[in-house]
Amino acid sequence: MTRFILRRLMQALIVLLVMSFVIYGLIGLMPGDPLDIMIASNPGATPEVVAHLRAIYGLDQPLMLRYWHWLISALMGDFGFSRIHSQPTLEVLGPALLQTCKLLLASFVVSVVLSFVLGIVAALRPGGIVDSFISLFAFAGISVPVFWLALMMILVFAVNLHWFPASGMANIGDGGFMDQARHLIMPVTTLALANTGGFIRYVRASMIETLRMDHVRTARAKGAGEGRVVLIHAFRNALIPVVTVIALNFGTLFSGALLTETMFAQPGMGKMIYDSILGNDFNLALTGLLFATVVTLLSNLLADLAYGWLDPRIAVR
Amino acid sequence: MSGAEIFALDGVSVHFDLGGGGLFGRARKTLRAVEHVSLTIADGETLALVGESGSGKSTLGNVVGGLQVPTSGTLRYRGGPMDEAAWKRARRDIQMVFQDPFSALDPRMPVSAIIAEPLLIQGTATAAERRARAAELVRQVGLPLDALNRYPHEFSGGQRQRIAIARALAPDPALIVADEPLSALDVSIQSQILNLMQELRERRKLAYLFISHDLAVVNHLVDRVAVLYLGRVVELAPRAELFATPSHPYTQALLAAVPRIGRRRARGASSIKGEMPSPLAPPPGCVFHPRCPKAQAVCRTKAPVLEPAPGRAAQSAACHFKE
Amino acid sequence: MSGIATLPDRAISVGRLRWRRFRTHRAAVASLIVLALLVLFCLAAWPLKTYLGIDPDATDLLARFDPPSAAHWLGTDDAGRDELLRLMVGGQISLLVGLLATAIGGIFGLLIGVTSGYFGGRIDAALMRFTDGMIILPLLPLLIVLGALDLTKLGFTKEFATSGAAGFWRIVVIISIVDWTSIARLVRAAALAIKERDFVRAARASGAGPFYVMRAHVLPNVATPIIVAFTLTVGRVILLESVLSFLGFGIVPPTPSWGNMLNNAQELVNTAPALAVYPGLLIFITVIAVNFVGDGLQHAFDPRSERS
Repeated sequence: MTRFILRRLMQALIVLLVMSFVIYGLIGLMPGDPLDIMIASNPGATPEVVAHLRAIYGLDQPLMLRYWHWLISALMGDFGFSRIHSQPTLEVLGPALLQTCKLLLASFVVSVVLSFVLGIVAALRPGGIVDSFISLFAFAGISVPVFWLALMMILVFAVNLHWFPASGMANIGDGGFMDQARHLIMPVTTLALANTGGFIRYVRASMIETLRMDHVRTARAKGAGEGRVVLIHAFRNALIPVVTVIALNFGTLFSGALLTETMFAQPGMGKMIYDSILGNDFNLALTGLLFATVVTLLSNLLADLAYGWLDPRIAVR
Repeated sequence: MSGAEIFALDGVSVHFDLGGGGLFGRARKTLRAVEHVSLTIADGETLALVGESGSGKSTLGNVVGGLQVPTSGTLRYRGGPMDEAAWKRARRDIQMVFQDPFSALDPRMPVSAIIAEPLLIQGTATAAERRARAAELVRQVGLPLDALNRYPHEFSGGQRQRIAIARALAPDPALIVADEPLSALDVSIQSQILNLMQELRERRKLAYLFISHDLAVVNHLVDRVAVLYLGRVVELAPRAELFATPSHPYTQALLAAVPRIGRRRARGASSIKGEMPSPLAPPPGCVFHPRCPKAQAVCRTKAPVLEPAPGRAAQSAACHFKE
Repeated sequence: MSGIATLPDRAISVGRLRWRRFRTHRAAVASLIVLALLVLFCLAAWPLKTYLGIDPDATDLLARFDPPSAAHWLGTDDAGRDELLRLMVGGQISLLVGLLATAIGGIFGLLIGVTSGYFGGRIDAALMRFTDGMIILPLLPLLIVLGALDLTKLGFTKEFATSGAAGFWRIVVIISIVDWTSIARLVRAAALAIKERDFVRAARASGAGPFYVMRAHVLPNVATPIIVAFTLTVGRVILLESVLSFLGFGIVPPTPSWGNMLNNAQELVNTAPALAVYPGLLIFITVIAVNFVGDGLQHAFDPRSERS
């Protein structure tokens, strides 16, 4: 098992390394370069000065060499300076990551609870009216553009009903827990609704399958109550594939969170990356993307481990 | 032997590398499926390969069918070495029939295309010729003509095996490797297919390499029998001799296990115990010694050679105490 | 023998069987009709344009946010353009991106999957590592970076880089670069299973090479799961396009797409909520219909699947 974890960690590190290079190269292909604004704000800059500046910043060196230098300093914890925030990128990233995690966790809990309840109810009578409605709901969740769902939430609950604020994370300053929560309700609901669709389908399919399995039928035959059969015997077995799939879909979840944040103007990773790309803030974009990769890699690793832990048959491979 | 030699194996071994020995230093595993086997098949002759599952008989069939490259040893085709040009001819001359008729036919192809496929692959016939050939073959294997435009799922197991045989006949081969062609079929169907194979052999002077785990089936069809154990030929004999006076203790045990009407199942001496050892770690000396009722000290250390049994030139066995 | 060529091809009956199964999936059948209507709706842009005599790209700052009228059936948008016509034209773009990106990414995935599954060994290990790596990437940020790339730095001319065609092809390409993994894995699994079947071994024993086996045996046998996967991919791609265009990294105005018509929707929610509703609703309807059709196909192709 330890060897399995070690091997997966090694793989994840290699993917991360490759990704960091790819992202580094891609960022260099974005419009402009880090000197543009500096030059634009200083009309007196002669070509010699520009060349000198490029040399200082190392921009005249080949890509591999620049990447190498960046990698060395990144490994020492120096991810550079954010241009739009005038702060080290890590200091900008910290609070943003925290904000995103809040949103992610809250909506994850909501959608898991919701999907388990609805998925199990649907699985009890496949093809029935209740199942049809839940399926429709699930399909709607998969098919709705998250950003548009956010817009519609704003339209209905903020613009028309004035129940919740349309944007931001607090009214003034920190705002206290209640105010923050009020600002989180709409983003969390939006993200949860969008994710629940896919989850419901997995829970339902998995439950239908386990309810047909022999040990569940045996439990029924022994006279176990329906509730007990469903919750104890079937649910536990249905859990395994569901947990894996949900964990493996974390990347999608994360993308959804980034979008939702941007829509509700919450200062999370999504808005940070979006703003940094629009504002040519190369260092910040690079750091943000890298951490987004780290988060997805870690979640996949956890999914693998959880799978091995839940299903002893495939634990050691 | 009835005719000229078609195919010969000389000291052929097939080993499968099962990985290991990688970065994390696990022991390297090698599966010794076939170990130093020499056999010949002549025109019009039917040779049976008999053995339990895991004895390497299918692997040997794959070698003859050109699906498996031997790890060592040499192959001979029509007296010459098996080079690329020889394989090209051999691919027409040697065809295969498989065990599972449900997996043997592509469900997306109509029967006419399935039967004519070898001709298409080998590029030896035009589309019209292929259709004509398919029609001719379908009749030869005893199927109605309208089978041609139907798909495999519309046929029963026996009918499918007939289609597979028709496909094998398409390039007019000299040798058909039949890998357990009966064992997936109902008993009543088995005899029909067996009769068909027999009839085809007589009509076309076909040679068969007939692979089976069942000695009883073999008794009807074959000229010679090679008994395989753990990838090695332990006995090679004409059918009559083998059934009348089995020389190797393993053959004796196999024969004793064949139920026959009017004869009591032999008990005691010739019954063998346990299961075949793993081909990953074959026992030293004679590979059969852990299960052999006659095993002595020499069997544990020295591997016996396949040699004629005392007083019987045609019958060879690999045993220190052959009869 | 004369009758061989003229006998009825019984394969039709398999197709008919599947159609029968598909028809039992009511949502899928309804969705198929909805999709047909949507396509007709989008194609109606041409006749309507001539009938009303309006250019969907022409801005008219005096006619911003006009309410529905005889000239503008759904009113005008924030630049005074006819909303209905733009919805129709934008739909053409969005659907076209969905189909093209799915086709390109699908063919790519198909090639990777077949190669990986059929050859196995090291090629398989390398390709699947690559695929796994792609799957765990954070999709949206990556797409945004790809969408923000400066095409002139890749050697394209400035005219091309700023043209509408570049915007269109850029989004097709970047989505197909990213969205091929599910098809690749599906095809690989199928190819792995099929290459061990005896009909492939029989073909190989007759001298068939890998390309013959893939063309004649593997591809026809993986067609079924591929069709389902392609359908579901179309839905996903339309969603991706809308997100990217919405964020401003996809289809560039004045060319409309359902995604970029929502560009200003956040501000419009207060002043002209209808403009924020229509394009999104169309995306939603299209994608849900596509997904239902995919579900119906899956049901039709897989005899073991239960009615859902």
